[in-house]
Amino acid sequence: MASKKDFVKFDQVDKSYDGKVLVVKDLQLDIAEGEFITMLGPSGSGKTTCLMMLAGFETPTNGEIYLDGKAISSIPPHKRGIGMVFQNYALFPHMTVYENLAFPLRVRKIPKDEADKKIDKALSMVSLQGFAARMPGQLSGGQQQRVAVARSLVFDPQLVLMDEPLGALDKNLRESMQYEIKHIHESIGVTVVYVTHDQSEALTMSNRIAVFNDGKVQQLSSPDELYEKPVNSFVAEFIGENNTFGGEVSDISGGKCKVKLGNAEILANPISVKGKGERTTVSLRPERALINPSTEMDNLYKGKIEEVIYHGDHTRLRINLLGNPEFILKVPNSSSNLDIKLGNEINIGWNSDDARALDPK
Amino acid sequence: MSSETKQILTTDGIPLEVSLKKAEKKNKIKAFLLVAPLLFFLIITYVFPIGDMLFRSVDDKMVTQMLPKTFKAMENWDGQELPDEEVFAAFHEDFIKLVEDKREGKLSTQLNYTKNGFKSIIKKLRRKSKSFEEGNYKEQIMSVHKRWADVEYWRAIQRRAPEFTGQKYLKGMDMYVNEEGKIVSVEEDRRIHRVLWLRTLEIAFFVTVFCFLMAYPIAHLLATLPMKYSNLLMICVLLPFWTSLLVRTASWMILLQQQGIVNDFFVGIGLVADDNRPEMMYNKTGSYVAMTQILLPFMVLPLYSVMKTISPSLMRAGKSLGGTPFVAFWKVYFPLTIPGIGAGCLLVFILAIGYYITPALVGGASGTLISNQIAFHMKSTLDWSFASAMGLMLLSGVLVIYWLYNKIVGIDNIKLG
Repeated sequence: MASKKDFVKFDQVDKSYDGKVLVVKDLQLDIAEGEFITMLGPSGSGKTTCLMMLAGFETPTNGEIYLDGKAISSIPPHKRGIGMVFQNYALFPHMTVYENLAFPLRVRKIPKDEADKKIDKALSMVSLQGFAARMPGQLSGGQQQRVAVARSLVFDPQLVLMDEPLGALDKNLRESMQYEIKHIHESIGVTVVYVTHDQSEALTMSNRIAVFNDGKVQQLSSPDELYEKPVNSFVAEFIGENNTFGGEVSDISGGKCKVKLGNAEILANPISVKGKGERTTVSLRPERALINPSTEMDNLYKGKIEEVIYHGDHTRLRINLLGNPEFILKVPNSSSNLDIKLGNEINIGWNSDDARALDPK
Repeated sequence: MSSETKQILTTDGIPLEVSLKKAEKKNKIKAFLLVAPLLFFLIITYVFPIGDMLFRSVDDKMVTQMLPKTFKAMENWDGQELPDEEVFAAFHEDFIKLVEDKREGKLSTQLNYTKNGFKSIIKKLRRKSKSFEEGNYKEQIMSVHKRWADVEYWRAIQRRAPEFTGQKYLKGMDMYVNEEGKIVSVEEDRRIHRVLWLRTLEIAFFVTVFCFLMAYPIAHLLATLPMKYSNLLMICVLLPFWTSLLVRTASWMILLQQQGIVNDFFVGIGLVADDNRPEMMYNKTGSYVAMTQILLPFMVLPLYSVMKTISPSLMRAGKSLGGTPFVAFWKVYFPLTIPGIGAGCLLVFILAIGYYITPALVGGASGTLISNQIAFHMKSTLDWSFASAMGLMLLSGVLVIYWLYNKIVGIDNIKLG
């Protein structure tokens, strides 16, 4: 499939509701055809506003949005042909499942037999055959959710927007729905723009994730890159668990830097620090630090175990390390030989490549 | 027998079932005592008056009791020709007794309802009866006035014999039982009530329509505006509620009269000529305008409470799925507001159908409703039984509308707030 790199394009888009505060600032974003892209961010970060601008319910204050090469700011929502799944499903409560799905087809004047075929196909896609005559009120949350997904896809849109569609479901159902939506995306190849504040949802489902904060995209990359290589401390903090050390760069050379923390010095990977004397926050994923490392590691320090929390498949340790009493370590429960006891002093080591010196918090 | 469940006893040997009932009975009595004051209040102020009204509308004992001997004597009368001496004698006996009690005036009023012309001949009979001689009353009474010799008048008296009558209801529909005992309509130029019923229905219907057309956008605005503005608008909607009905009606009189503000404005902008000011009051227009304004909140509030619950994302969903704003409104939003529309229309229609003060003040002759006619009979003609009959007809009309609504829309589908 010859896919366009910029099927959806946000070009220098600004949005302000009151003329004083910009909720979206100078947004530049290209979405490729067939891609599953997630806008992830805390509430108030502007991600939903972006989605609403794309759907046509809000207009950009500045800039332009292009869909398949056409500027769409002046096209009303009903002419954009974009499917949308809403936070609370927004199923029409007075219509049956069939009528809900038939709505987008009827307004497009698609003949009934053809429409019936499409509806059947859409319902089987979300495995809800036989539910056509039910009213939405008679369905469970998960089923309503599926109907909403089916309805957004039934008229074969090229682009589907999903606004926190799983927010109202319980945890187990949410996880199974994540896979289901991912599989539907893979099987029909539609472009999906997904908005959520749940990072695990974003990581499992997306091709790429745009992390929003304060009206700006902080980082746009694939889930693994986002997790392994955050470009700033916001992303590092927001995605996954994170240990941080605040300090000052004392030396920088050969792709490594020394960061002075109080009375100790650690080696780190300079990402956003340029020279000596800069303040920085060093970010380290908990699973990158090892207890009594068997291989050579260029950071090795002693810390005291302050707390042990059993998590089933792993144990979490809170360690007082280099003046940071909140240093978290994850130990897989298969490693039994370690001397994990409250109050014990242990050796902790990590590679300087994994300790990323980012902008100061 | 042994397989039956064993009776459970309490510690003092009484079956549990019995002592449980005892305990519950106490609670039931307590609960009843709590609601008893309201129950008695309702019985005294609601059930009893309506029952009394129902009774009054068919009660016709008064004449029956005033002329007991006459009606007894009339039992053998076939009504074809003038009754014989026996009836006249009995009537004379009853009448003398009434004159002694000074109650013959009431009789004349009552008989006059049945047939015009009784008032004067009863007055005359009272004067002449003092000099009546004993015997041959038929001749003597007939000589008082020629109407006493008219069989029609005697038939009219006979028609008042039953203790209960439905004739007030017939009268309310401009019908009566004629001499042959058939139910017929009164002559065309004397039909007043049918016109009033139709006008009442018409005005109530159009007031409901106008209220709906105006309230729908207001309610929508109320439900969608930010809290800051919607509260202010809500106060504007409710303000008339807190103002006296009389004051509001009076202000419409100031606005609508021929030298009033609205007319002055029309003349001012050159819409109408100064010597050709339209009459907007003391006719149907006045009733329409004032009643619509006064009943508007009853439409706005149920609509608002329903619209408040409709998620704005539904309209968005409708649009994103390809519906034009109109289609999204008509297929998605409007059907969801039907419970509110039903409640509002039912409320406004039922209130409008029995409206009294406003049409009385601004309706004039062509804008008055059936309730004004009821009031007229309560206060002016003192024909309370007729007023009761019309009141009950109005009440049953409302019940029929309620029943129809339940059949068509379903009463569960109503949301008053």
